[in-house]
Amino acid sequence: MRRFARLFDTLDRTTRTNAKVAALAEYLTGAPEEDRLWAIALLSGRRPRRVVASARLRDWAAERAGLPLWLVEESYPVVGDLAETIALILPPPLRGEDRSLAEWMDWLAALRPQPEAAHKAAVLEAWDGMAAQDRLVFNKLLTGGFRVGVSAGLVTRALSQATGIEAPKLAHRLMGDWTPATTSWDRLILSEDPADDLSRPYPFCLAHPLEDPAADLGAPGDWLAEWKWDGIRGQAIRRGGELYLWSRGEDLITPRFPDLAPLADFLPDGTVIDGEILAWDRAADRPLAFARLQTRLGRKTVPKKLLAEAPARLLAYDLLEQEGTDLRPLPLEERRLRLDRLLQQLPAEAPLAASPLMEFGTWDELGAQRAAARSHHAEGLMLKHRASPYHAGRRRGDWWKWKLEPLRIDAVLLYAQAGHGRRATLFTDFTFAVWDGPELVPFAKAYSGLTDAEFAEITAWVRRNTRDRFGPVRQVAPQHVFEIAFEGIRESPRHKSGIALRFPRMARWRRDKAAAEASTLTELRALLDLYG
Amino acid sequence: MAPVLSFTPEGIYCPAGDFHIDPWRPVARAVITHGHADHARPGHGSYLATPQAAPVMRHRLGDIRIDTLAYGATRRIGAATLSLHPAGHLPGSAQVRVEVAGEVWVVSGDYKIEPDGLAEPFEPVPCHAFISECTFGLPVFRWRPQAEVMAAIDAWWAENRAAGRVSILGAYSLGKAQRLLAGIDAGAGPVLTHGAVEATNEVLRAQGYALPGTIRVTPETKPGDHPGALVLAPPAALGTPWARRFGPASAGFASGWMQLRGVRRRRGMDRGFVLSDHADWDGLNTAIRATGAERVFVTHGYTAVFRRWLESQGLDAGIVATEFGGEETEGEVA
Ligand SMILES: [Zn+2]
Ligand SMILES: [Zn+2]
Repeated sequence: MRRFARLFDTLDRTTRTNAKVAALAEYLTGAPEEDRLWAIALLSGRRPRRVVASARLRDWAAERAGLPLWLVEESYPVVGDLAETIALILPPPLRGEDRSLAEWMDWLAALRPQPEAAHKAAVLEAWDGMAAQDRLVFNKLLTGGFRVGVSAGLVTRALSQATGIEAPKLAHRLMGDWTPATTSWDRLILSEDPADDLSRPYPFCLAHPLEDPAADLGAPGDWLAEWKWDGIRGQAIRRGGELYLWSRGEDLITPRFPDLAPLADFLPDGTVIDGEILAWDRAADRPLAFARLQTRLGRKTVPKKLLAEAPARLLAYDLLEQEGTDLRPLPLEERRLRLDRLLQQLPAEAPLAASPLMEFGTWDELGAQRAAARSHHAEGLMLKHRASPYHAGRRRGDWWKWKLEPLRIDAVLLYAQAGHGRRATLFTDFTFAVWDGPELVPFAKAYSGLTDAEFAEITAWVRRNTRDRFGPVRQVAPQHVFEIAFEGIRESPRHKSGIALRFPRMARWRRDKAAAEASTLTELRALLDLYG
Repeated sequence: MAPVLSFTPEGIYCPAGDFHIDPWRPVARAVITHGHADHARPGHGSYLATPQAAPVMRHRLGDIRIDTLAYGATRRIGAATLSLHPAGHLPGSAQVRVEVAGEVWVVSGDYKIEPDGLAEPFEPVPCHAFISECTFGLPVFRWRPQAEVMAAIDAWWAENRAAGRVSILGAYSLGKAQRLLAGIDAGAGPVLTHGAVEATNEVLRAQGYALPGTIRVTPETKPGDHPGALVLAPPAALGTPWARRFGPASAGFASGWMQLRGVRRRRGMDRGFVLSDHADWDGLNTAIRATGAERVFVTHGYTAVFRRWLESQGLDAGIVATEFGGEETEGEVA
């Protein structure tokens, strides 16, 4: 565990990708095989579910440390992480043990079915024997909250360095529904048998945002353009008579979408489709807002009512596998042709259609269509080179996302709250308001978009200009105006303003504007009518 | 009878002696615990500090009227008797003991319990009322012994030397930088200093504090001039063009705030070393108990929480509001 805790610490503290890859490659070369497999599982998000609730851990740690619970609770927002808070308050260990990561994971699996009384004794005993720096990782594993900022691509790069196997091959082997309990280092990583897991998706091909003018991409005729839908990017896999749906986050989401299950009957075996899962408005024949889809995601089973109100539909972008053959090296144009031919044979009631291609002769024509994206509930356009293969991961040049400019509104800062963790000493969480006649109506919260220097400046100002305090929230003098940028807007009866924004952030501090010059609720409502 | 010390808009005030302690607004007579900017401010009529603290204050505040009082010596001012006692925070730092009619109050200033080999070690001063800082007054702040941290810095430096990188270590130019200089294995390679650090080094060397030799970074310093060097610089210089002149480098930062993973990540340093010139949770509790004080006032830091903790321990506790509400950011304190 010490070795894994050190790896976690290195990955967590270094900002350099090369240093992360080097640390990970070193671990994947030197650690015992079971530990390596567990490390890959944990770093790729395959963490075991929570065994102990973090509130229980907090209670036990307070007791062990001889501290009142309120003091631990007061410490938590400063640290910003409960597992870390607990690791920091526990007294020094009584013994110096070092069990392997795999041993601890087995220990965890054995603990899960036991009664809670047994949990407490076991956890206290484990803490007593563990070095302080191991406890953080241990706590995170216990509470199911283990996360570390490494991408799947970084893990495969490191694994490739450690094993000498090409990264794309490894990316493919690492996908799918495995756990260290159901496979081994040899079987999963080293063995050359891609057919051993029929559910396995292909690594998604991702696009870079287009920053230069579209005209710089060359002849418009070399490119295919389609809507960039605001749904769940996914792969539908039909193999061995079964249907598997994967989200881009590499989650198997088949059970969440019973309305897509008929695809198993409609698609021939050996088919893999890349597309976007959307909640569909049958009457208008267009997607519903993303929020409607979101209501389905939080649920293990979807009630009938939701299935009827927000039925799912897959809009297909690409055909990755046909009759069991990997089509990814073929030019996009050819794959798209095959996709269209395949989907033409489907009956109209199938919850699957090709995502329409835009018709355009010039970049200007396409730009005009892009401007209307919001009214189609799309985020913008995707531009894909006709000759492009289906790359694994993000590659510059062949695929671009051409997103809409965000919506913007000028708002008055009304409430401020200190941030968590790294930002606990700064005011970073702000509530903004617009004018409704003589009154300010709060309509959005934003946390990001300012520089460190601006956060420091506004923090000093908030301290001097606090009008009132409500717990951690401070009401400030309505004086500063910020430009709030956001991606979408919708009606929301839960909010006082009747409006909810998607991804609001502070785009600019409008020092040139007085509070009276900020936007009005009427202006905000006009945006809602246009784009909601 | 009026209390020995009271809290006024100017700062902590002693009516019996008509003087202020670390006042933040200009006053006639100021007793100063140490030279940090939040304690030694410009504009007072006269200053009183330890002889060890005075040179740095002159260096920082320019032409001030300053009188000195040796550690442990007493001085009668009006009806008050005043003495200064080591606070262990940095060379020359003091706690201020004030006695009026047999009642003793002590103002801690900033303090640290663990001896660091450079600053005069902290001495507990028995008193009736203790005004304590509590910058790190939460149980998540607990320091490792200094030797362990210095060894970790030495190891990091050695690793960078082996990899052909310069090591740039961020540390406050008064106090932390000199403590590091005295604590690391300075003979392992060239040690370079930013002008702000070197200016303080010169003041302290002239007073007789033993600091290893250093090389001041000048505009002429080029990458490759000092391979494998350790560079000591104020935190604000990290990540600036000044710091980029050294070529391939690893950046570290030594501060108590490095205890928090979130702060380490926000600082974007390759390494964070948990080393503070303030008392940790255990240090604060030890120091407060050692004074035997029944009344404790807290200032600097998590005052509301720490006060509640002291009350739960049976002490009569209050908060000294400072001009900035005691909400210093991690950039302002070490
Ligand atoms: Zn200080
Ligand atoms: Zn201070």
